Amino acid sequence: MSAATENQHFTWRYLLVLVVMALAALAVCGRLIYLQVESQDFLQDQGDRRVLRAETIPAYRGIIQDRNGEPLAVSTPVTTLWANPKELVTQQHAWGVLAQKLGMSEKLLKNRILHSQGKQFIYLQRHMNPAKANEILQLDIAGVYELEERRRYFPASEVTAHLVGFTDIDEVGQEGIELAFEEQLKGVDGKKRVIKDLRRRTIKDVGLISSAVPGRDVTLSIDLRAQYLAYRELLTAVKEYQASAGTAVALDIETGEVLAMVNQPSYNPNNRARADVASLRNRALTDVFEPGSTVKPFTIAAALESGKWRADSLVETAPGYLRVGRKSIRDLNNYGTIDLTTVIAKSSNVGSAKLALSLEENALHDLFSRLGLGQATGAGFPGESIGQLPARIRWRPIEIATLSYGYGLSVTALQLTQAYAVLGSGGIKRPVSLLKVNGDVAGERVLDEKIARQVVHMMENVTGEHGTAKRASVPGYRVAGKTGTVHKLSAAGYLDHEYLAVFAGVAPVENPRIAMVVMIDDPKGDAYYGGLVAAPVFSRIMAGLLRVKNIPPDKTVENFANLVEKDTPES
Amino acid sequence: MNQDFPFRLDALRNPVTRRISLSQAVHIDLPLLGGIVVLICVGLFVLYSGSGQSMDTIVRQLSRFAVGMAVMLVLAQIPPRTYKRWTPWLYGIGLGLLVAVLVAGAEAKGAQRWLALPGFGRFQPSELMKLMVPLMVSWYLSERSLPPGWKPVLLASALMLVPAVLIAKQPDLGTALLIASAGFIALFLSGLSWRYIAGLVVAAIPAGAGLWMVMHDYQRQRVLTFLNPEMDRWGSGWNITQSKTAIGSGGIEGKGWLNGTQAHLDFLPESHTDFIIAVLAEEFGLLGVCALLLIYFAIIARGTYIAMNAQDTYSRLVAGSITLTFFVYVFVNIGMVSGILPVVGVPLPLVSYGGTSAVTLMAGFGILMSIQTHRKLVPT
Repeated sequence: MSAATENQHFTWRYLLVLVVMALAALAVCGRLIYLQVESQDFLQDQGDRRVLRAETIPAYRGIIQDRNGEPLAVSTPVTTLWANPKELVTQQHAWGVLAQKLGMSEKLLKNRILHSQGKQFIYLQRHMNPAKANEILQLDIAGVYELEERRRYFPASEVTAHLVGFTDIDEVGQEGIELAFEEQLKGVDGKKRVIKDLRRRTIKDVGLISSAVPGRDVTLSIDLRAQYLAYRELLTAVKEYQASAGTAVALDIETGEVLAMVNQPSYNPNNRARADVASLRNRALTDVFEPGSTVKPFTIAAALESGKWRADSLVETAPGYLRVGRKSIRDLNNYGTIDLTTVIAKSSNVGSAKLALSLEENALHDLFSRLGLGQATGAGFPGESIGQLPARIRWRPIEIATLSYGYGLSVTALQLTQAYAVLGSGGIKRPVSLLKVNGDVAGERVLDEKIARQVVHMMENVTGEHGTAKRASVPGYRVAGKTGTVHKLSAAGYLDHEYLAVFAGVAPVENPRIAMVVMIDDPKGDAYYGGLVAAPVFSRIMAGLLRVKNIPPDKTVENFANLVEKDTPES
Repeated sequence: MNQDFPFRLDALRNPVTRRISLSQAVHIDLPLLGGIVVLICVGLFVLYSGSGQSMDTIVRQLSRFAVGMAVMLVLAQIPPRTYKRWTPWLYGIGLGLLVAVLVAGAEAKGAQRWLALPGFGRFQPSELMKLMVPLMVSWYLSERSLPPGWKPVLLASALMLVPAVLIAKQPDLGTALLIASAGFIALFLSGLSWRYIAGLVVAAIPAGAGLWMVMHDYQRQRVLTFLNPEMDRWGSGWNITQSKTAIGSGGIEGKGWLNGTQAHLDFLPESHTDFIIAVLAEEFGLLGVCALLLIYFAIIARGTYIAMNAQDTYSRLVAGSITLTFFVYVFVNIGMVSGILPVVGVPLPLVSYGGTSAVTLMAGFGILMSIQTHRKLVPT
């Protein structure tokens, strides 16, 4: 073969290969066009799916605040660190420093990682201080990620703990107002679109899908100043008398708003790790007790209502006891023949029983239930008890008699306060509100105004010079109230040496604005009478409340008026 | 048809002084050099993006190109006849090194491909064979009468298949196939009879079955994944799915330099090495890929011109097989990344990050330049 033909041969072959390769190139180009033009939308979407993530923007939970806007429960941003064990397991060299920064032993961390090797998500530490969490993130350990969360913080801590309640770690209400108003407080999480890389690090925000809607705030009726005061005084008394528990509830008579509601024992809602279960109860609402002598004003009111008795009617209480059936009812002393005012002032069981027995069978029960005993208060608090006011078709005399001085029924402190508020309001019953109320609250008349006023005036003597609870008086104000010293009931019957010391009352007498109940459970020592233990607490809290509510003193009203008259030039 | 006609004319015009240009004198082919330089520059831009904007990577790649450029210029000075003389020896040495790799090679990523040379670093003998096989086949065939008879064909086949099998053993199937195809191209260009080709096709079927039998599991997996990427979307199909996604989301115009999301956010595996074309496709779109292909075609066109104008059979076969093998590299890489070929681990020539392959390719271009610039202007 000559060189020329060989050359020709080569050229021909070469061109053939080139053609084959051009076809291959065309195939590649066709493939690229298919991918980049024909399938562009699909593949672009696929690509976006890999990098574009919808990320939750946590909504702020509504604030719980007192009537003046003081925060009681607020949400603060915190950082939660989580890990992908599948990745972290390969970062053994970083475990030591990570554990140290997290404040746990390396062994613990190692165990946690090794235990969850098959998982893609474990929490490393929840609710960290963002600055501290950032320190760890700066280490850039593969498999360690952050999550933005909120943590509920309670500035007033144990002072409002029972009322406000708390949330779980995911900010879902578990107790108290946090639970009752969960729907209102919780916001709607928003969503944003972000670009994330394969290691789930957010590269940048590209847009908002829906903005987070924060939860609505809840404004409580309590006044934090009054609440602090009440808490302090109650705590002091409970400590002083080594009582097992205590409760104080104050209501605004004109609106039915709860102004203060405190209990002992309490807990720190910001750190419930060591909280005793018993301390979690909002005793003012959940715990019932026999109200004892504090219902005697209601018995008097029932007597007045019947028309058979007047304020100055006399009752024979001698010889200091009364036999009803086979039981006998006793007074502390033989008070002799006394008027109704004195029945309250001396807290005569015999007098109350005689009055009650003179009435229609159902009269007492009827008035008690109109006052709200054994009824829902309207507060709508989770776990609230409605107490027990037994309704009977036929009443035995002893049942009527004991009911008249507060045994055989059970109430919550809040119910008792509400009943006193009815007396203080001149017979109008208003639903109890834990939320701030704007404007007037139309109540329901359950008692004649004149009778209500009469009973309040009668109760004023209790805090007077010769009453059972002089210590409940407030300088500058006229205070009406009633003591109660109740034998505690146990499974084995009434206990001889365990009492509830109660004081319930309203102030100021001329135009009662505040109704309050103070209950000290099981004060130790010789001083256990309501007038000794509960009345001083009542006095101090009431004094503070009257000041906080800016209520003018009524004891000095006349003097003050005289002063003004003198100073005013004649015209 | 006389290929030498223009040069004769030139000689007629300047009968006394044979004027040769400066580039000719230093044995540089300017069109080829220009194409390579443009390709390298474009490649560096894409690499910068694909490597996550790592200047380190760029500097290292540049230093490799510098070495490659030096190798190319040195090889261009050596006349083709010297190559021809040395070809059997070099081939023998390469074969020996391949055996040495299998016996005492350094292992990395589960493959035994490197030979540690004291004081010289690591060295991949299979890269040397990428050049030596087409040279050897060309040398062998150019000494025989063409078209080759069945004996030379068998011997030539053995010359390319022995190193291919040794490399496949490492295991490096991609390089083995490339080397075999380089040898086959030389054989085909030499005028291989169609009857042999038909026979080869028939033999290919049992050979393919046999190959399947000796393949490693991961190699079979790659083939299966290629045939049906949906089969294992999150496992071995991941690379292809990801690269298709990256290419497709570039569209016609691309997302702009450094704006690709798939490569930058670690979704695209091997984004600066074998799969770098996907970075280019995502950021510069179809237009960018076409521009790159045009650069490759320019280089291949020049290589074709050199092969066509080569003055002896050996040079012709060498130039042709080097040029066409270069095309095969480009085609296999883009085909693999875009999902029409299995993933065989072939880098994109002069663009993918990686040292040895760049140096080998430049060495090949040096031989091309040598063939072009050592032609005798007047045939004797």
